Amino acid sequence: MTMTNDVRHWPAEGLTRVPYWLYSDRDIYEEEQARIFQGPTWNFLCLEAELPGPGSYRRSSLGAMPVVVTRDAAGTLHAFENRCAHRGSLLVLNESGSARDIVCVYHNWSYDLCGNLTGVAFRKGLGGKGGMPADCRPEQHAPRKLRLAALNGLVFGTLSDDTPDLEDHLGPDIANRIRRVMRAPVKLLGSYSQTLPSNWKLYMENVKDSYHASLLHTFFTTFRLNRLSQKGGIVVSESGGHHVSYSHAADTGGREYEQAGMRAAQDDFGLEAPQLLDAVDEVGDGVGLQILSVFPTFVLQQIRNSLAVRRLVPQGVEKTELAWTCFGFVSDDDAMTERRLRQANLIGPAGYISMEDGAAPGFVQRAVATAPDLVSVVEMGGASVASEDNRVTEAAVRGFWKAYRGVMGI
Amino acid sequence: MNLELRLKIQDLNARYAQAIDDNKLEAWPDFFTEDGRYRVTTAENVERALPLGMIYATSRAMLRDRVRSLRDANVYEAQRYRHVIGASLIEAEEGGVVAAQTSFIIARVMHTGETTLFATGRYQDRIVFDKTGAACFAEKIVILDSRLIDTLLALPL
Repeated sequence: MTMTNDVRHWPAEGLTRVPYWLYSDRDIYEEEQARIFQGPTWNFLCLEAELPGPGSYRRSSLGAMPVVVTRDAAGTLHAFENRCAHRGSLLVLNESGSARDIVCVYHNWSYDLCGNLTGVAFRKGLGGKGGMPADCRPEQHAPRKLRLAALNGLVFGTLSDDTPDLEDHLGPDIANRIRRVMRAPVKLLGSYSQTLPSNWKLYMENVKDSYHASLLHTFFTTFRLNRLSQKGGIVVSESGGHHVSYSHAADTGGREYEQAGMRAAQDDFGLEAPQLLDAVDEVGDGVGLQILSVFPTFVLQQIRNSLAVRRLVPQGVEKTELAWTCFGFVSDDDAMTERRLRQANLIGPAGYISMEDGAAPGFVQRAVATAPDLVSVVEMGGASVASEDNRVTEAAVRGFWKAYRGVMGI
Repeated sequence: MNLELRLKIQDLNARYAQAIDDNKLEAWPDFFTEDGRYRVTTAENVERALPLGMIYATSRAMLRDRVRSLRDANVYEAQRYRHVIGASLIEAEEGGVVAAQTSFIIARVMHTGETTLFATGRYQDRIVFDKTGAACFAEKIVILDSRLIDTLLALPL
């Protein structure tokens, strides 16, 4: 869809209104790639544990841009564009693996694990014929290298020299909440992906929307895993772009749901096998749920003992891959691993409480496709983009748009 | 080759698939033993020896919980599956437990009429027989060929 320029403005109300054309406009999608994903943001690439030893590599992405993350012989991490300097072919085709160097399958150009071009097949020709002129410098077209920063086992990358240090970018509240979860060496439990039939921003809004959690996800509410009356709150970073939503494991609230007769409060609903929800307070702070996001597309999740990182890969205006990696710690005993695997029933494409999140952004996408000049109403909790000690608010959603508008200049 | 055994296993998987495809989800847990195990995972996780599942149950009660959640709690658009089951390969038979592998493909039919190839993979089953000779699953591992699920996985595979 080609939008006329006069439609591409932000409503006068500010962050409490979000124009629908943002979810279906091709030009804005391209601009997001340049300004956000390839711009001054830290993008989550992978867990350090996914690169277990020297020579490990794995594919990742910076927005839609394919990226390779490697660990060199000395153990240092690198990341660079997954694109050959020669004709632009993908360099690495496997999801992950181990290699001494990286060779493009197309014409055998080779690279070291830092992403430096080290060899051009038949550069000097064959028998004095053919080959590349002596003054040709294909190295100048080498894949772009990312700057990396790791925080407690999470690897982030950026293409921009202007991105501030990761910890400054996150701020102390968010960094400390990351450390709260990532408190020991990680053991991978597995991964899977979902294709979301929606624009990437709709999923991120969903993640930051603490208001919907107990209303859409009735499994959550029925078993008192997460009710808005549970003690909890949200943290919104100063930039607006990062957030934490948290709640305590014990329900201290009243009967607001029952009195309001909401679908989410079916009192006779009980689990036959409640051991699914058996949890241990690992951190010792009583927080049973912590959903944390880092602008633009990273999510770190603790739901009871279920820990996961989620990464979004935009695949077009109306299609997004959501990649999940679940983990525990090297120090976990068998009982803890079993607990994490059981509680993984709560998450992912078949998750009791996250199943709906695969579809809900698509419901919006389908409905607003024909309403590009209309807007959504994001006014729970007023117009604030600040931290709050309750979750009946859309402050973190507004925070996302505050950061978005800042980077996009709209 | 034990033809009767082969037919029994083929029949078990055919009836299992029919229950799901005919929206008789309440009958689904009964294809398992009381402490039967059910796990949906990906070939990638299996190859990397990683234990994570998208669905993981260790009892019939957990399967009944999933059915109740699908009926009463979870929100998803109306949809059906059509399983096509391949021939079962018996891999081992020991102590009354038969290990078998069976390929499947599943089409998902949405209420809108949209039909897509939703999942392909193999069942890695451990099958036991009761006194009457009736077969049921002591374990069913659904190993998806792809790591990617379109939108969501509501109904069991």
